[in-house]
Amino acid sequence: MHPNPAIFTPLILAALAFFAWSLYRRLGLVTLGRPGYSFRGIGEGLREMFLYAFVQKRVLRQGFGFNHLIIFWAFIVLVVINAEFVASGIFPAARLAVLPDFFYVPIRFLSDVMSALTLVAIVLALVRRTIFPPYPEARTFESYLILCLIGVHMIAFFGVSAAEIAMGRERAAAFMPVASFLGNLLSGLSDKHIEATFNFYWWLHAAALIAFITVLIPFTKHLHVFTAIVNCFLRREEKPNTQEPEVFEKGRIFGAGQVDRLGWKDLFDSFACTKCGRCQNVCPAGATGKPLNPRQVINDIRLNLLANGPLLKRGGAATVPLIGEEGEGSVCEEAIWSCTSCGACMEACPVFIEHLPKLVEMRRHLVEMEAKFPEELLNLFENMEQRSNPWGIAPGERTKWTSLLEVKPFEKGATEYLFYVGCAGSFDSRSKQVTVNVATILDAAGISWGILGKDEKCCGDSLRRLGNEYVFDRMARENVALFRERGVTKVITQCPHCFTTLKNDYRQYGIELEVIHHSELIQQLLDAGRLKLNRQVSELGKIILHDSCYLGRHNDVYEAPRQVVTKVTGAAPAEFDRAREESFCCGAGGGRMWMEEQTGTRINLNRVTEALSKNPDTICVACPYCMTMFEDGLKDKQAGQTKVRDIAEVVAEAMRPAR
Amino acid sequence: MLAIACIKQVPDTTQVKIDPATNTLVREGIPFIVNPYDTHALEESLRIKDRFGFRAVALSMGPPNAEAALRKALSMGADDAILCSDRCFGGADTLSTSNVLASAIKRIAQETGEEVGIVFCGKQTIDGDTAQVGPGIAVRLGFTQLTLVDRIEALDPVNRRIKVRRKLEGRYEVVEAPLPVMITAVRELNRPRYPSVPMRLAAADAQVKVWTNEVLRMDANTVGLKGSPTWVSRIFSPERDKGEIIGDGLVDPTGTARLLIDQLLEKDLLAV
Repeated sequence: MHPNPAIFTPLILAALAFFAWSLYRRLGLVTLGRPGYSFRGIGEGLREMFLYAFVQKRVLRQGFGFNHLIIFWAFIVLVVINAEFVASGIFPAARLAVLPDFFYVPIRFLSDVMSALTLVAIVLALVRRTIFPPYPEARTFESYLILCLIGVHMIAFFGVSAAEIAMGRERAAAFMPVASFLGNLLSGLSDKHIEATFNFYWWLHAAALIAFITVLIPFTKHLHVFTAIVNCFLRREEKPNTQEPEVFEKGRIFGAGQVDRLGWKDLFDSFACTKCGRCQNVCPAGATGKPLNPRQVINDIRLNLLANGPLLKRGGAATVPLIGEEGEGSVCEEAIWSCTSCGACMEACPVFIEHLPKLVEMRRHLVEMEAKFPEELLNLFENMEQRSNPWGIAPGERTKWTSLLEVKPFEKGATEYLFYVGCAGSFDSRSKQVTVNVATILDAAGISWGILGKDEKCCGDSLRRLGNEYVFDRMARENVALFRERGVTKVITQCPHCFTTLKNDYRQYGIELEVIHHSELIQQLLDAGRLKLNRQVSELGKIILHDSCYLGRHNDVYEAPRQVVTKVTGAAPAEFDRAREESFCCGAGGGRMWMEEQTGTRINLNRVTEALSKNPDTICVACPYCMTMFEDGLKDKQAGQTKVRDIAEVVAEAMRPAR
Repeated sequence: MLAIACIKQVPDTTQVKIDPATNTLVREGIPFIVNPYDTHALEESLRIKDRFGFRAVALSMGPPNAEAALRKALSMGADDAILCSDRCFGGADTLSTSNVLASAIKRIAQETGEEVGIVFCGKQTIDGDTAQVGPGIAVRLGFTQLTLVDRIEALDPVNRRIKVRRKLEGRYEVVEAPLPVMITAVRELNRPRYPSVPMRLAAADAQVKVWTNEVLRMDANTVGLKGSPTWVSRIFSPERDKGEIIGDGLVDPTGTARLLIDQLLEKDLLAV
């Protein structure tokens, strides 16, 4: 059958109408989400879209990403080809061939080469998915169907082009190497056969196209061809290293216990996911056998929205629980509590899906609405509220570490920096040693600093990540009022959790503090020559550097600790395989520090094993939680000869005369 | 039927210091908390409410700022909160405290027209540590006293029977008694619930009833300092010699440890 506008036109118009209606029905559910989200503006947004959707910077981080880039660009070419296909299918005269050679020839050349490359890429993708899938469950019918249909599309394109070349109807044939080659193969056939070949592939092309627009794009993860691009454009204005504040008024609902309690962007994220599995492959909870799978969380949100959305839109009640144990569309509580808030998933996602804020919203629902959480957190919550520290130690003991030193109280005018010691630095015996070293370094460099002493309060980091926003909010307000009252503007922290909370979270409370982590400050002091070292440290042996999530991934401080170690030891530190942006959490973030870890293996052991495979003598950390997790892990591994040192301890070593 | 939980706001004793000059508690800047044992008493009254439909009332005697403790009780789910507060109640020992609380309990029964089924108290407070107020209330009300309870085995409000397990030293004792009873709670009795945010917000505006002696109309000689046959003559911390810092553990941990062991052996504090 010839391409026949009388048949094709109604078919394609119906398909397009169905496509538009389906997208409207599905994507329209996004409007159920809560308002509020700020992206980077149109200019910046377009830049992000160019870099991450069109150049695919994050996709390319993985070796196989290049294959995806080819398929993506083929898709762009495909849009052109298909536009022509649809136009000429309806109006046979509307062909690209009417364009002058200057435009026409390059388009045909590109179509030919890209289609050939894509066919190769599709075959590679099929082989890869079968033999080395990105994750075991990735071998889904959906994935194969999408790949195969793209392949069919390409084959149809070549079929049509080859037949046209064989019939002598293609004036750019000389610039279409692959189609010409195939056309030559056909040229031995009779005109009638060539005609039949043309007709067959033309209708195959039409069928593949209709399948794409009626099924694949609206109803499978292939929707990402549009939504992922939009998601890159909509990249959040600021790094998602904090959580949205809540307003505590009577009658409000807190957290997300139902899908429409998530933000509209959270819902849109769920449509942008293409289940590539990058997030799940870097998740420390997933890697150690916990039930958390960030990809599945996003998928469950989408399934939940699709199941409940139409009901909710009509004002009905949800039937599938967002937080629940069984089945698709529900996220189980253990998964929600397994998150260490390390942010690896968000760093890995090529299209800026934000997993963490959604999990925190669900935690908020559990804590604030249902008061339902792992029982060990009850002590933490009570201790925080009553004594403003996680251990429930008397606040009077905050200054015990100062007993051997002369430490001034912070006083506006008299002292420049507030050294915000933090709970670990004040109460944890191992971390107190670090505190003493930080203080010694500050004095040696002639920094003017003071402490709040017994008046210092916990920053509330764990509470916020655990979803106890109500108590966090109170603590943050108290702290901000205290900082204002004392005239604090510049703060030194030795804990990445205090660092991020004071720097990023407290900004929501209207205070812009200049917060510096001790590793950065030490680096600046060394660079400026204000901190004099007595010698190069060699007795710590081979030093490997661990990036804390809240220093590195959440706040982009990667260089300072490396440069400090290099200055102090004369050699760059050894690196983990998973370093910098890809650093693997110690297991203590997101409030996990205060929780039992009963399912699967231990996260800290995973990281310690990785460290030991590099045979270090010393593991250098810059966070009290990491310190605890590594020291515990080394004890478990009976690797007592390997030491854990805070970056300040490494520096302090170099300030002492050789033993 | 009523389940009344008696709670007390106490200074967080881990943070309390004694002024050596005046021998009094340094209360400045010390946070107040609900006596930990009382939170278990309160929780159990709420569980009885949840399971048997009792009306849960939280009751306290103390200065006006003790309202915070009752507000916490409301945020956890108490139906009502009553604070007995009057200058003349001040300086009370355990006898006059139990007098006031017993009288308040009677009044609650009168006002609500409901019968008291169970009075819950903590086994003791962490500031006074006498463990007398609960039994004192029981005696004054003529209730059976079931102290040191770590489990309620059975409650039958219709036949007015209760069976509890008492946690004694090295053994348990299961006893049955007719209602009404006074129960004192040990920590093992339950895990106090965490208040949800909507409950907290509701409790923030809820009414804590304050009963002065004009309401309770007690004989002034049976309450407060006047009604207290015991009084505190002196509070003091046992004297302790100042310690001594030996060596420098940061510079030379091994040497310092050796020094420490040597000194402990010298003083005959370590057995070899």
